[in-house]
Amino acid sequence: MSFAWAKPYEPKHPAMRWLDQKLPLPRLVYNATGPGYPVPRNLNYWWNFGALAGLFLSIQILTGITLAMWYYATADGAFGSVEHLMRDVNGGWLLRYAHMNGASFFFVVVYIHIFRGLYFGSYKAPRELVWMLGLVIYLLMMATAFMGYVLPWGQMSYWGAQVITGFFSAFPIVGEPIRQWLLGGFAPDQAALTRFFSLHYLLPFVIAAVVILHIWALHLQGSGNPTGVEVKDEKDTLPFHPYYTAKDGWFVAAFLLVYAIVTFFAPNYLGHPDNYIQANPLATPAHIVPEWYFWPFYAILKSFTVGFILPAKLWGVLAMFSSILLLFFLPWLDSSPVRSGTYRPLFKRFFWLLVIDVVILGWAGGFAPTPFRVAVGQIASAYYFLHFLVILPWISRVEKPLPLPDSISSSVLGGDVAEAAPVAQKKPRRGSVATAG
Amino acid sequence: MGSLFALPGAILGFFVRLGWLRTIALFVGGGFAFAATISLYSGIKAYYASPPVALASDEFHREHKELKLASDGPFGKFDKAQVQRGFQVYSEVCSACHSLNFVAFRDLKQLGYNDAEIKKIASDWKNQVPSVNPDTGEAATRKALPSDHFPSPFLNETQARAANNNALPPDLSLMSKAREGGAAYIYSILTGYQNQPAELLHKFPDAKTPPNLHYNPYFANLNLAMPQPLRGGDVTFADGTPNTLQNEARDVSAFLVWTAEPNLERRHAAGLSVAIFLLIATILAYLAKDNIWADTKRVKVTSPREPKANTRRAKGNHAGIAG
Repeated sequence: MSFAWAKPYEPKHPAMRWLDQKLPLPRLVYNATGPGYPVPRNLNYWWNFGALAGLFLSIQILTGITLAMWYYATADGAFGSVEHLMRDVNGGWLLRYAHMNGASFFFVVVYIHIFRGLYFGSYKAPRELVWMLGLVIYLLMMATAFMGYVLPWGQMSYWGAQVITGFFSAFPIVGEPIRQWLLGGFAPDQAALTRFFSLHYLLPFVIAAVVILHIWALHLQGSGNPTGVEVKDEKDTLPFHPYYTAKDGWFVAAFLLVYAIVTFFAPNYLGHPDNYIQANPLATPAHIVPEWYFWPFYAILKSFTVGFILPAKLWGVLAMFSSILLLFFLPWLDSSPVRSGTYRPLFKRFFWLLVIDVVILGWAGGFAPTPFRVAVGQIASAYYFLHFLVILPWISRVEKPLPLPDSISSSVLGGDVAEAAPVAQKKPRRGSVATAG
Repeated sequence: MGSLFALPGAILGFFVRLGWLRTIALFVGGGFAFAATISLYSGIKAYYASPPVALASDEFHREHKELKLASDGPFGKFDKAQVQRGFQVYSEVCSACHSLNFVAFRDLKQLGYNDAEIKKIASDWKNQVPSVNPDTGEAATRKALPSDHFPSPFLNETQARAANNNALPPDLSLMSKAREGGAAYIYSILTGYQNQPAELLHKFPDAKTPPNLHYNPYFANLNLAMPQPLRGGDVTFADGTPNTLQNEARDVSAFLVWTAEPNLERRHAAGLSVAIFLLIATILAYLAKDNIWADTKRVKVTSPREPKANTRRAKGNHAGIAG
């Protein structure tokens, strides 16, 4: 697909030849995930999380379709139907726990995938659109996960829906009517539950479609790699199959092992106990918290406690949406021609600072808001915005990157330190393939 | 004149050099950071102007006690005798006020009761199942069947509140999953009733437990509507287990683990098989990956080591995956 030396598809069996002429589906697969897709030979294990994300999307769709066969989307029946599934349906508990924890693991995988992209500059030219389509997938995932969490109609489901749809009422004049229109009422109730179920069933297929675009855009350019140096010739690549299918394969098994251990032995560890209490519009839980994967954004939302030109709540909502939307501009905010963080000493330090910052935000958002925790969350929120909008553009202008290797193959196949050393001492060549854009 | 425009000129020049995207980013990022800082500042100011008032529950609330049950851990199984004793406590004490809506009499089979026993338990149950008189169509009740879920002690929420000083006894089916701490929390509540410490009243004179509430340091706000339900000696266990408060509380906690998660044993057994399967699959797949990648680690166009690499690869192929 992407390189001249990519192995062309040559069907051997007459049946496949026949099919290939009529509908080149085997060719598509061969060129996408088969020997016909050359991949840089130096991918490390951080590159395995893309395939894993696809796997978890499939797990969620398969378990979800089956769960939907047992689920009643009614305010009176939803909670009971989930309990019926958990107790009386053969293997129902497994489907439900697999779906519940599958959502968490999907987010684990996607967060690692996103931070991989941040560190190795995967968002830079020529892969800006790959990055942006990925962000679209992430936004769709957030919407899907939120609506899915509402469906069991537990206390956190209900009050989560109350809080999240409440975001819209932060906007002056139009906010409250929009909120009522989205909910189909004044508060989450039957109308909201039915439409959330409908959308929760729809959006995963929209995600699957955007995933296809994401992979299409990626394969047009070819995968990036940990050096950030572009592929030059055949020596730099390996065919996807069997090399990366094998590498993904064992890692998938290992990751499924972790997923299985949580699903079977601690299925409720990542959930909130309050969601085993049926929704009660008259009893507000002591602390309304979303699922863990939303904690950092929840902390940003709660950090804006004082109005300043705009009301505090509107600041919080705008900040929360902006915290993701700003990532769409990342390819241009970070103008350094060097992709990989490995060769960017200053960038690297701030990258890890960002990781710590996001973990702190998660901690600030996930637990009861004590004055100390709120204060820490406010500092962390301020840093989050400064990092992407001020520090990163500044770094990319002032930083002196380390010398890049000549090519992927020289960085990998040299092997001996003595051989590799002279390469590392060379200066990066301006405008060479090593630089982006 | 020149000096008058020097500063604005320098600022303008700075933004021009920055470019429009970075200029917008600087303002947006700075704006959010500034607004968060204002919030931080006013939060700190408010904290020192009027420090948060300490509550009795901040100081006197206690973390739940430790409770070890046979169902704990990845290989845990129910201690059926214990869960049966817990069911006895529920039947004779808790069920006076608390429903068990999601559990059916037939589920008791998992605890080792036979069909005849279950039929008897159902038909003897103190509350009957709401029904319709087949002759008149009027509301009536009938004896429970094994296929019925446990009938509630109250007809509706209003009746339940009327009988309990306006407090609503929660359904117990999922209690051990619906509270932080699970069974240990239930055990702590049941064994945690005590008189309000004098120290608490000395420090927080306004925090005296109101009438109709009961002091329990394991409850989040210290005062619980439920009066102490177990005091020891409430039931007589057929197997001779001493009916101390601790035993009764422990057994009913074990029972509530079962009601919340009746498939726990099946889940643990399935989990073990799946984990072993995936472990073997991981090892095999890793060896396969090593085998496939063996040549790429060494092939270098003009490497003197290439022949050696080829022999390794050939050997590996001979020995199959494990090579």
